[in-house]
Amino acid sequence: MNNDKVLEIKNLSMTYHTLDGETHALDDISLNINRGEIVVLVGPSGCGKSTLLSIIADLIEPSKGEVLLNNEKLKKSTKDVGYMFQKDNLFEWRTIKQNSLIGLEIQDKVTKEGKEFVEHLLDIYGLGEFKDSYPSQLSGGMRQRVALIRTLATRPNFLLLDEPFSALDYQTRLAISDEIGQILRKEKKTALMVTHDISEAISMADKVVVLSKRPGRIKDIIPIQLTCPDCDRSPMKSREAPEFKDYFNRIWKELDVHV
Amino acid sequence: MSNSNKSKEHENYIKSIKKRKRYIKTTQWLILILFFGIWEMLARCQIIDIFLTSYPSEMFDLFINFVKNGTLFEHLGISLMENVVGFLGGTILGIIIAILLWWSDFISKVLDPYLVVLNSLPKTALAPIIIIWVGAGYSGIIVTAISVSIVVTIMNVYNGFKEVDIDKIKMLQTFGATKFQILKKVILPSSVPAMINSLKINIGLSWVGVIVGEFLVSRAGIGYLIVYGGQVFQLDLVMMSVLVLAIIAALMYQGVALIEKKYMKWRQ
Repeated sequence: MNNDKVLEIKNLSMTYHTLDGETHALDDISLNINRGEIVVLVGPSGCGKSTLLSIIADLIEPSKGEVLLNNEKLKKSTKDVGYMFQKDNLFEWRTIKQNSLIGLEIQDKVTKEGKEFVEHLLDIYGLGEFKDSYPSQLSGGMRQRVALIRTLATRPNFLLLDEPFSALDYQTRLAISDEIGQILRKEKKTALMVTHDISEAISMADKVVVLSKRPGRIKDIIPIQLTCPDCDRSPMKSREAPEFKDYFNRIWKELDVHV
Repeated sequence: MSNSNKSKEHENYIKSIKKRKRYIKTTQWLILILFFGIWEMLARCQIIDIFLTSYPSEMFDLFINFVKNGTLFEHLGISLMENVVGFLGGTILGIIIAILLWWSDFISKVLDPYLVVLNSLPKTALAPIIIIWVGAGYSGIIVTAISVSIVVTIMNVYNGFKEVDIDKIKMLQTFGATKFQILKKVILPSSVPAMINSLKINIGLSWVGVIVGEFLVSRAGIGYLIVYGGQVFQLDLVMMSVLVLAIIAALMYQGVALIEKKYMKWRQ
């Protein structure tokens, strides 16, 4: 992996203000993500993972610190960040193709090439025959795939995935995370993903970042290196690597879960 | 499931469903026929005072008469025009104001108590004032009709806007959507059901405004026929007008329901 930095987070802190008081959500977060890397964020509930993603997506302003994308400050006008949600957020009144095109419509980039690119993505990821169907006719896993294509359609440099599989049932979740993991590798995307699922984190990540309880601080950054000769880092096969359980135990300890 | 190899059991199931449907339809028609039949019979046997109640065949004769000399269409046409302008006006203005409230949180917070008061006020109480201000003619009646439906439209549509999933809005924002794009791409389309619902309710409400307006102005229209018939104790005219009104209002409601069906294919 070359050391070409795509995302640079510098001393980021975030405090929310409400009438009842203030919540310190994130504390002094610094993190770099290189081109082609998939970084997975794990941490206890309410540790500010989603806040961090919202800041990177430029939906909210941090209290302190800054985020650089390709060495530039985030600006509303340059939308280089794609965001995938826990819910697919498909519009029920639009067909699958129209849903996939919404990002291009918003950015006023619905060109012939754009349309062809979306059709191509739908075709290669098994949704070709559903282009003119409505979301209600698709299964949960397929809908989440459409959501990813909608995100990829604007060709973002950098992807944010906010627990993208947690709304799916377990089998679908395994299958779709495997598939989407491979899509991300194939399209050579740089991504930051949030999850609660430690196995999912290890199977997909180049680096796992462990956050502490609120206020969220970076507790540890664990580079994942799996000896798995011909798995090509497919998430499903990565789970068979001998180091898998060691990483699992290490992250589990770091998370310091007390029920 | 294919239709060719249905099991016996499934066939019976479908039959029983269809049978039940037929029973419901038959009973519905029976109630209507019995109602008018008994009414007619009681009138003919002079058990009820036809001076107070009129009776179906008399109403029907009057109806045919009014149709032949065109009086009915003249009055009906005027009322229909007032009603259509009224409910379309109420719905469209209501939606525009709802958009304004959605656009500016400040305006919506400021106007909230006023809307609550206006919503609980029986709008027909405003009719005399409106007719004096706007004029004792079509315009006054139309404004009365709009006033009856507009407040409830604003509240229903605005609530529909607010119920739009915040995550869907956030999704558009991650693509860099402007407020106007959010309105156009998600707020308005997902509120189409709420708007059509308002349209349906407004047909009825707008009729209230039109009839009350025509009572007050007393020049033409179905409302005028009703109030005139009442004053000269010509009950067949009153009853006939009310029946025509009921049928027209129901037909209009069905019309909107049809439009709804056509434009909501995605709802299956």
